[in-house]
Amino acid sequence: MKVLMFGWEFPPKIYGGLAVASYGITKGLSLQGDVETTFCMPRPTGEEEKFLKIINMSQVPVVWRDVNYDWIKDRFVGHTAEDYYRFRDHLYADFNYLQGLDDLGCIGFAGGYPGNLHEEINNFSIIAGVLARSEQFDMIHAHDWLTYPAGVHAKMVSGKPLCIHVHATDFDRSRGKVNPTVYSIEKNGMDHADCIMCVSELTRQTVINQYHQDPRKCVAMHNAVYPLSEEITGIVPRKNPDEKVVTYLGRITMQKGPEYFIAAAKRVLDRSHNIRFCFAGSGDMMHAMIDLSAAYGIADRCHFPGFLRGRQVYECYKSSDVFVMPSVSEPFGIAPLEAMQCGCPCIISKQSGCGEILSNVIKVDYWDIDAMANAIYSICTNDALHSYLAEEGIKEVDRITWEKVGLRIRECYNQLMTKGWFDNEEYLQAVKAIK
Amino acid sequence: MKTISLYFEIHQPIHLKRYRFFDIGTDHYYYDDYENERVTQETAERSYLPALRTLLDMTLQYGKGFKVAFSISGVSLEQLEQYAPEVLDVLQQLNETGCVEFLAEPYSHGLSSLGNVENFQAELKRQAKKIKQLFGQMPKVVRNSSLIYNDEIGSIVSEMGFKGMMVEGAKHILGWKSPHYVYSCAQDARLSLLLRDYKLSDDISLRFSDSSWPEFPLMADKYIGWIKDLPQEESVVNIMMELSALGIYQPLDSHILDFLRALPAIAPDEIRFATPSEVIAKNKPVGPLEVAYPVSWNDEERDTSSMLGNNLQREAFNKLYDEKIVGRILACRDRRIQQDWDRLQATDNFRFMTTKNNGIGIYRGIYENEYDAFTNYMNILGDFLKRVKDLYSDAVENDELNSLYTQIANMGNELNVKDNEISRLRARLEKYEPTEDNKDAEPAKAKAARKPAARKPTTAKKAAPAKKAAPAKKAAPAKKAPAAKKPAKDKK
Repeated sequence: MKVLMFGWEFPPKIYGGLAVASYGITKGLSLQGDVETTFCMPRPTGEEEKFLKIINMSQVPVVWRDVNYDWIKDRFVGHTAEDYYRFRDHLYADFNYLQGLDDLGCIGFAGGYPGNLHEEINNFSIIAGVLARSEQFDMIHAHDWLTYPAGVHAKMVSGKPLCIHVHATDFDRSRGKVNPTVYSIEKNGMDHADCIMCVSELTRQTVINQYHQDPRKCVAMHNAVYPLSEEITGIVPRKNPDEKVVTYLGRITMQKGPEYFIAAAKRVLDRSHNIRFCFAGSGDMMHAMIDLSAAYGIADRCHFPGFLRGRQVYECYKSSDVFVMPSVSEPFGIAPLEAMQCGCPCIISKQSGCGEILSNVIKVDYWDIDAMANAIYSICTNDALHSYLAEEGIKEVDRITWEKVGLRIRECYNQLMTKGWFDNEEYLQAVKAIK
Repeated sequence: MKTISLYFEIHQPIHLKRYRFFDIGTDHYYYDDYENERVTQETAERSYLPALRTLLDMTLQYGKGFKVAFSISGVSLEQLEQYAPEVLDVLQQLNETGCVEFLAEPYSHGLSSLGNVENFQAELKRQAKKIKQLFGQMPKVVRNSSLIYNDEIGSIVSEMGFKGMMVEGAKHILGWKSPHYVYSCAQDARLSLLLRDYKLSDDISLRFSDSSWPEFPLMADKYIGWIKDLPQEESVVNIMMELSALGIYQPLDSHILDFLRALPAIAPDEIRFATPSEVIAKNKPVGPLEVAYPVSWNDEERDTSSMLGNNLQREAFNKLYDEKIVGRILACRDRRIQQDWDRLQATDNFRFMTTKNNGIGIYRGIYENEYDAFTNYMNILGDFLKRVKDLYSDAVENDELNSLYTQIANMGNELNVKDNEISRLRARLEKYEPTEDNKDAEPAKAKAARKPAARKPTTAKKAAPAKKAAPAKKAAPAKKAPAAKKPAKDKK
């Protein structure tokens, strides 16, 4: 079975949870042995793993250019020169009016989230048209709203079923005040999709109620987490036995509720003397948070290490005693699962998607600062609670694997291939066996 | 001939309020009064009053043909006194019929039988005294919280002078044996054990209104038929359940009270009702029952795993029954501390923290999950322990307390010696001059002699008077003087 997947991020190029989730999903599917995934992304680095085929959208032509094979054969990152020629044979319209075309006839992408994001999204869908005409596939799978137009275009060209994967909605990101352009792109994608996979039941409800989609088409496909490599499990943290560290790790932005964390920190620090607070990550609200901690008078116990990469993240988890995720609205949230893997008890808000599948965590409302402070104090003071949550957390998280997610997604694909349309009820019955 | 011993337990958890860690040190009141009042009144209205009135009618109707036993935890007695005194009125009426026996249980309905022996003994005594005060009966049979029992507990209870104890008729302690006989404690044969028949008890308390149960609907004649069909040698059937089963777990509209009413009517002559004491008096134990590990009536496992099964519960338990803490509490006379001590020990607090997944929804009161329960309880415990520690500064270490104890024990011994002497002198006087005058003079002299002897410790250390409980227990349970003195002292 061949799947044409559109995504925006893939490891090692990680901007957030999307890359991790894309990797997990594709790996989980590949473990089944008979699924061939072609992953199209704007600008791969060339260091991606080889279990799937990567197509570099910055190197797919949209206009005809006469180029010599020997001249170009070493320039390709992701796909090959042969692919280039095949794509060139399937051009469908004259895009010569576009500016910024390079000598290969391709549109370039910045790779991340630049200022001209909407233009890039549009270009992405144009290129998708070329791909849809040249590639053979049975299914289209589009990750996150940036790639929905591409997915829709591919469906219209090929007639194959379209699955879209909702990793987040604009309602989460903007706390209710949506951007109309983004909303329209998302809604359009959902209207055309045959199956809408949402990363949590919370997101699924948002899709059904705010985007007015058919509940039978929407399915809650929870993310999972990758087992730690040996190198990571071998990390020995440096812990000060007299002090406890409470960590927040993620983008410091409105959606993640950092101000509630600082307020809870203040309440805890009023009554304790051996707890430190760590704010890892960067974001648009980072400076505001530093100011807030100073205003509360707790700046000496609040630390801001900035954006952590790779191994540093796990070192941070391992040296923490508590991990807090006070998100106002979190579609899923893989960070708590990673923290639990490292043996760190977690406090998450009830408004996060991961809370739907986790039970060995403490759940509080994001606005309930008293409860959050109480829970932080309790885990720091009662060693029994800390060790219980740490041990049980590891056991629970080990059961949440991408392999199972791959099996569930396969179930969705099967339904679409055999029936032509998707029914959530039937899907739920079928996946009861996958626990 | 078969004897049915019917027994009901009355206990409601005392709800703790939501207590955050920043309340530690400032807020010393831990209870949710609204919830306690509401639950007590609701339970009284929906269950206790209708059920007790039915039982009262039955005793009046059948006279001595229907007998029943109750036990009420001390903390619940306090709650009923405060919020639903009409329940106590009906219990008084039941008591006056003479067909009702009251049992003793730990005052707090707590786990002190597993935590601290002295505390356990003190609690049983307090409960027994309260029952005697309210109902004029001195309990002879003990029922531990959640029917927790093992050999050590049995021997402790027997030492205190009780005649019998209720035990869960769990398969893993009985093996091939049947719960329909009276057994004796393996460590002390003077204690008779009454074993709960869980099948017949749960048929009423758990399954009565369950329409998916094969035996539904359960009619009185079918039930009595089962009992009649038991082998002839099996003569004792103990049916024990919570009183709230009649009304709360099994709603009244399932006609459970009518079922109960019909039982004595349908029962043929060879099936009688009796109180636990009567059962013990009439039936000799057929053999010892060895119970090495604690057994209880909770869950399928019938052990203490729902209360002490995970680390959180054990941590809370160890902190609560820390020796220094218990020592200080038993030595102090602060009523607030005593009341908090009673209420914090209740097994319900531990059950709320259970992580067992047994299929049915677990009732956790105001808590959302076990971690919430643990955190709240530990916060409250933190404040309580701080108050206890402040009673006697840390400088009063175990050594000083121990020396206080030894002093009191020595005084207790002296008292014993004096008492023995007095009885000896009395006996001698009997022999030589058995006249009325001497008879009157002697007791008066004995009393006068006793009083000063007993008063000596009073003027001694401040902590000593409260510790009189300890030597009284250590001496012999039936000592009249210290026991008679206790009411006078407690009225302080």
